[in-house]
Amino acid sequence: MWSEAEAREIVRRHSGREGPLLPILHDVQAAFGWVPPEVVRVVAAALNLTRAEVHGVVSFYHDFRDAPAGRHVLKLCRAEACQSMGGEAVARAVLDRFKIGWNETTPDGGVTIEATYCLGLCSCAPAAMLDGQPIGRLDHAVLDDIAGEVER
Amino acid sequence: MTTRIFVPRDAAARAVGADRVADALLAEAGRRKLDVTLVRTGSRGLFWLEPMIEVETPAGRIAYGPVKASDVPALLEAGLMQGSAHALRVGRPEEIPFLQRQTRITFARCGIVDPLSLDDYRAHGGYRGEARARELGPAGTIEEVAASGLRGRGGAGFPAGIKWKTAADAAADRKYIVCNADEGDSGTYADRMLMEGDPFSVIEGMTIAGYAVGAGKGYIYIRSEYPDAIRTMEQAIVVARNAGWLEAFELEIRVGAGAYVCGEETALLESIEGRRGQVRAKPPLPAHRGLFGRPTVINNLVTLATVPAILADGAKAYAAFGVGRSRGTMPIQIAGNVRHGGLFEAPFGLTLGEIVEQIGGGTRSGRPVRAVQVGGPLGAYFPRALFDTPFDYEAYTARDGLIGHGGVVVFDDSVDMARQARFALEFCGIESCGKCTPCRIGSVRGVETIDRVIAGDHRDANLALIEDLCQTLKFGSLCALGGFTPYPVMSAIRHFPEDFGRPRRVAA
Repeated sequence: MWSEAEAREIVRRHSGREGPLLPILHDVQAAFGWVPPEVVRVVAAALNLTRAEVHGVVSFYHDFRDAPAGRHVLKLCRAEACQSMGGEAVARAVLDRFKIGWNETTPDGGVTIEATYCLGLCSCAPAAMLDGQPIGRLDHAVLDDIAGEVER
Repeated sequence: MTTRIFVPRDAAARAVGADRVADALLAEAGRRKLDVTLVRTGSRGLFWLEPMIEVETPAGRIAYGPVKASDVPALLEAGLMQGSAHALRVGRPEEIPFLQRQTRITFARCGIVDPLSLDDYRAHGGYRGEARARELGPAGTIEEVAASGLRGRGGAGFPAGIKWKTAADAAADRKYIVCNADEGDSGTYADRMLMEGDPFSVIEGMTIAGYAVGAGKGYIYIRSEYPDAIRTMEQAIVVARNAGWLEAFELEIRVGAGAYVCGEETALLESIEGRRGQVRAKPPLPAHRGLFGRPTVINNLVTLATVPAILADGAKAYAAFGVGRSRGTMPIQIAGNVRHGGLFEAPFGLTLGEIVEQIGGGTRSGRPVRAVQVGGPLGAYFPRALFDTPFDYEAYTARDGLIGHGGVVVFDDSVDMARQARFALEFCGIESCGKCTPCRIGSVRGVETIDRVIAGDHRDANLALIEDLCQTLKFGSLCALGGFTPYPVMSAIRHFPEDFGRPRRVAA
């Protein structure tokens, strides 16, 4: 749940900064799990920008969500180094297991699976990140661990 | 007496279990009443051995790897504390051939020191560069950087000294130093390793740059996919500030938001200013009018982190390494389907064959190497026939490729090069900032056309169309995303015609 008071507090926290929009949006998403349209209005008014300008920034960057994420967020790398180690097949198996597509959330809100293009773990490919924790050499055994963590 | 044991805190080491090993070590040492001090370092960059732990003995450090948490009791039983024999013992790290063959200048401290200890930093040569810069003065410092031949390690290869001089000569009320740590290329992790393993080298490089060009503020733009690096860098700035290091130079971290194109310098500046990461037309150059319209030096993180070593030991010593116009060393990141994947810092000039086969040891899958993509998603795919290409900015350009940020991604013979060419165009479409037409629309039309080629629909005509489209992308795009996407596409078509339903030519 988002709150206008908290959104205003986030904006206030960054008021002295040069170019504060991205840090504000990061904090908004950290606080609410996504960037609600109502918050876009609050931020735009506070920074003397139009809603279109702020919406344009929110929609440009892959990180900012227009809907709340699941309780867990699993990022799977789809870039070349992970491709070379069979990452696409592993990713397919993960999506099949949770019965969702890319950038979707399971119906019970348990997990959101997002595509990412490189986590910098390219010598331990295929790579993933679960709630900010790096995971390398992804295989079916590691996958079972991830599923256990998510379903717990 | 306490025994120091070193376990990496590098994200890639953590990704394969370094935290579990550290926990097991502390728990097991407690149970056995052993006096152990655990030090979390960066990684040495030998990723097939991670988690690689090291124990300090009178004979120097002794390494073991790859260690699993379940190995810890047996390791202690065998005499880990004394560096005794065990199946996982790899001996003195400096004597492991992969490390022994390297010339570590930029990465001299990475994996050895506690990344957040200024005492360690000083004991291993830190601050020397800054001290020398103050002796030389701003102009002398810029001359030294120029004389070293240091070029942009982000990929463009622009001489750092010229960038600095241009910004220094520009008159303004304030100037900025921006460190580009938006390391988005697949197969690269040098920036990440330095931020996690030796963040003070980045800070020192930036304070030197600020002193040289007269800038009082610096930004480090780190991609959001690197939470560990962001955390360590933030902590390092606090340590530096508390030690009084940042009194004349303010430093701030900005976190990206998942846009690859923000690695392009002008898109990155737009992003810091709070806008969509869209590329700016040049001129004006950032060195004249960059961040917030002020003169700005924007350099790749590896470039900046190399500056302290150059100043400490002199431009001549650095320029003595390398070949042609590529002076000094390059941290080559060997990745993908490779047996010995890791960071290999060496003078320019190694051939691709040496990197992939002798150093990398061939594929991890054990199958033959078929293609190697050098320089990230905008770099060309090289066949074995081009393994004699020396690692050098100009040599790669001459073969329609680029060294980029030094990433080398190895593929075995199961790779389908038509799929790789398709991915290059698809990636360009996903990450295009939308400012220029060739990139925004050409990438989408390119995917449609290559799908027809893959489906066998008018193959020759459609391949001719892709070639034509690539010409438009190359010469009509504003930045490297559209401009270099033709490299992976055309190299796949040229060097691997059989994957596009064409006969293999004799002698590629």
